[in-house]
Amino acid sequence: MSTAAQPHLPDSETVLGVRDLRVWYGTERGPVRAVDGVSFDLRKGEILGLVGESGCGKSTLGRGLLGLLPEGSARDGELLFRGLDMVQLKQREQYALRGASLGMIFQEPLTRLNPLMRVSEHFSETLKTHEKGITKAEIEHRSLEALRVMGIPPTRFRAYPHEFSGGMRQRLMIALTLVLRPAFVVADEPTTALDVLVEAQIVRILHDLRETYETSLLLITHNLGIIAEACDRVAVMYAGKIVEIGDAREVFTRPQHSYTRELLRSTISLSTTGLNFIAGAPPDLTDPPPGCHFHPRCPDAMAICATREPRLRTLPTGATAACWHAELAQGVTELDDAARAPLQKEEISVADEA
Amino acid sequence: MSSGSNGSLPRYILTRLLLVIPMMWVLLTMVFVLLRVAPGDPVTAAVGDKLSPEALEARRNALGLNRPLIVQYLEYLGDVARLDFGSTISDGRPVLDIIKNQGGATLTLTAGAFVIALLIGLPLGRIAGRRRDTVLDAGIRIFGVVTYAAPIFWVGIMFVLFVIKFFPGWPTFGIASAETEYYVQNRTGIILLDAMLANDSVSVVDILKHHVLPCFALGLLLSGVIIRLVRVNVIQTMKGDYVEAARARGIPEGQVIRKHAFRNALVPVITVIGLQFALILGGAILTEKTFNWPGLGNELVEYITARDYIAVQGLVTFFALAVVLVSVLVDVLNALIDPRVRY
Amino acid sequence: MPTFVRTIWNTKGLARYIFVAGVALTLVFVAFAIFAPWIAPYEFAQNSVDGVRFPKSGPASSDHLLGTNDQFYDIFSRVVWGARTALEVVVMSVVLSAVIGVPLGLVSGFVGGWADRIMVFLMDALYSFPSLLLAIVFSFLLQDKIGGGIVAAALSLTAIYIPQYFRVVRNTTVSAREATYVEAARAIGAPPVTIMRKYLFGNVVQSVPVIGTLNAADALSTLAALGFLGLGIQPTEASEWGYDLSRALDDAQAGDFSPAFWPGLAIILLVTGLTLVGEGLNETLNPSLRRRRLQNVTLPPRETEAA
Repeated sequence: MSTAAQPHLPDSETVLGVRDLRVWYGTERGPVRAVDGVSFDLRKGEILGLVGESGCGKSTLGRGLLGLLPEGSARDGELLFRGLDMVQLKQREQYALRGASLGMIFQEPLTRLNPLMRVSEHFSETLKTHEKGITKAEIEHRSLEALRVMGIPPTRFRAYPHEFSGGMRQRLMIALTLVLRPAFVVADEPTTALDVLVEAQIVRILHDLRETYETSLLLITHNLGIIAEACDRVAVMYAGKIVEIGDAREVFTRPQHSYTRELLRSTISLSTTGLNFIAGAPPDLTDPPPGCHFHPRCPDAMAICATREPRLRTLPTGATAACWHAELAQGVTELDDAARAPLQKEEISVADEA
Repeated sequence: MSSGSNGSLPRYILTRLLLVIPMMWVLLTMVFVLLRVAPGDPVTAAVGDKLSPEALEARRNALGLNRPLIVQYLEYLGDVARLDFGSTISDGRPVLDIIKNQGGATLTLTAGAFVIALLIGLPLGRIAGRRRDTVLDAGIRIFGVVTYAAPIFWVGIMFVLFVIKFFPGWPTFGIASAETEYYVQNRTGIILLDAMLANDSVSVVDILKHHVLPCFALGLLLSGVIIRLVRVNVIQTMKGDYVEAARARGIPEGQVIRKHAFRNALVPVITVIGLQFALILGGAILTEKTFNWPGLGNELVEYITARDYIAVQGLVTFFALAVVLVSVLVDVLNALIDPRVRY
Repeated sequence: MPTFVRTIWNTKGLARYIFVAGVALTLVFVAFAIFAPWIAPYEFAQNSVDGVRFPKSGPASSDHLLGTNDQFYDIFSRVVWGARTALEVVVMSVVLSAVIGVPLGLVSGFVGGWADRIMVFLMDALYSFPSLLLAIVFSFLLQDKIGGGIVAAALSLTAIYIPQYFRVVRNTTVSAREATYVEAARAIGAPPVTIMRKYLFGNVVQSVPVIGTLNAADALSTLAALGFLGLGIQPTEASEWGYDLSRALDDAQAGDFSPAFWPGLAIILLVTGLTLVGEGLNETLNPSLRRRRLQNVTLPPRETEAA
């Protein structure tokens, strides 16, 4: 049996190595296991899409990479960046990395800029924090360059945020994040709050980032169309774990995990004739189901799925998934009849689906 | 110079000033109804026991109090527009004179108190907001609540007692010693200013010494309000999206608090502080009585005790106008600071 | 436990303790007020016993726990009886303000149009007027008509607080009204009146107690201020702390602190108590300020990967 593996291409440099990342939130009722043992690699100049339903933990994962976690949460695992494990770093060192090496683009652009500060002041603040001794002329030069790449005219440099539309503010945010040339950027649903036309522009900008800046991008979204358009690889997340990861085109045409398959089936496109949906609702992350978290809703569930958790394995086809069914189908694992028996599931009542 | 903002400052100021007129009109009407219509006959109330019925009637006629109310109302409005606040019943003194003579004392008192309140309240409120739920936060909040709960006159009395015991000789009432009052010529009506203009440093020091206790007492009262306001606003802004985004850019926490949370928290605070002018006025009245301060508040109390309705009406009218004007000033200040506010 | 008690208890940080402390303080004075005849050794306007006059501005002694003031009254008794006066006036005025303000807000919000706009304007004007000044004017008026008793004082204070109830209830009514049009358009099923009632009730119940207690604190301050200025309750009608403080001014200039200290302390404690109750309620019930009590997370050790 092959070990749990990460896809590796020896000639590409790995920018970020995530091993067993766990991020749990504290709540009144107990810890929420928002990210529960996630591992993947991010290569230089690569765009990795992270897709999943609302509440699956993808936003938390993005924030967890940067260390932007709320009170009462705990982070564990390894985040290997340039030979350092970021989880072990002291606060000040983490701060130094943030902004300069790790960037973040947020979801709602309307509220992400300080309304009392001009655009130019945002830029100068960011640049002066990370590059001591930078001159005013240099600041202006680099800021205007970043704005130019985003298609924002230099005449708007001294304007206030409220004078821009949502789409332009998102571009401002991207410019602001990239002016420092971070090695990798997390984009957390950057277009969800924007209308479709603007969305297309932003997606194009993000896609072209690697040419201009050589930045790696973790693109978090629930929109499969964006993944298909812009991403090299995609990771599918469910209930705090990555269930499938691989080349975007490959995953979309030959999904291995049942969840991925169901997700793709429920996408609406021009060729949709009937509405599909996955029965049931995402699990409560304070007490996730044993074994494979997806088993209560999985049409291919077997007895073993409810007892033992499958690990991410690279399958002979080249795909990487965490699924007993897929392993069985591709002859990677031998399962006895008892384990293979289809799972008796409780009738999912309509109430649960709400 | 505005950089492409979607409104203009001059237009905002103009619009704001225009909006003041209906507000003032409502206030003036309220004052008139309460102090002219309701009480009945002001003359009898003020000097009824001193004059014969015929003399009373003559007084009433002289003051025009027997004419129809509507006429008196319109005349009142017209007078106020010309800054004529009437004359007292008891001694026929124009209220405007009173305002000119005693207004300066109230002005320096409230200004000094305001400065002290800001100096105490802003930093404490910010610390409390930043270190929420720590012992420091609890202590500051208790301080804020107690300073607001303590009646200003009680605080003043305690200060007086304290000073008498530990700093005998420090002035505990009035705005200036008899000597200073004698030497300083009345030019602007504001004794502190007059002393400064005359380059009379001895008098200036004396006047400032007199200011210490009352300004501090009143300032303490106000600081309680400011602490609470700043604290709540800092807490709210620290949750803001742009604060998180700034952190994501690696801006150090101290700077995030200072430039993003605190500065933005101040904006709503400024407006509310301006609205506290009403509170300051009330506090000033009480402070003046406590310290025998020769300001408008003290005058008001004296005329109330004398049941001189016209004087009271005049003074209250003036106060109402002052409040409205301050609110306009505050709005303009807000517009200057917050680029989003424009008409 | 009823839900709101649980909500208060589950809030992180000091808010719970603030609330409880405030309630405790207030209850002390409520006890004073209710049991005044038994706690206070003398009547509030009593200046002699068996024909023997009390000393004037006398020091603390076994007969007079806190001494006497310059009107020959026993300070301790005046403080205890003062609690009754304070609570009577404050409760009366706050209840009256609410009783007037809440229905006005409801009607105004419901009716809308010009009437509503005029009411809002009037209320804003009233609200912007310095509250002490307003109280002074009202008590000035009322004293001539109905004397210087408790009812007059309460009425003087009522007008000040009406705008706050009006504003809150009116705004809630207006949003509820607009929300129901949207609901009706989506044809959810429940009749708009039910939704409106639920929404209104919920919001009003959340804010009125906070406003009420904070108003009570303010009313007490204002009452004391009026008393200090000589416009409040006359000493023979009832014992009022502010008035006692005005008499203590001269004593203070002479260095005697007792007549001023104790009534003032009473004011501070009761106003603080009421404020803490209001702030505590606000911090625990107001969702934007609330912080939930989180259980800390401890991560179990990482599982090593199976071969």
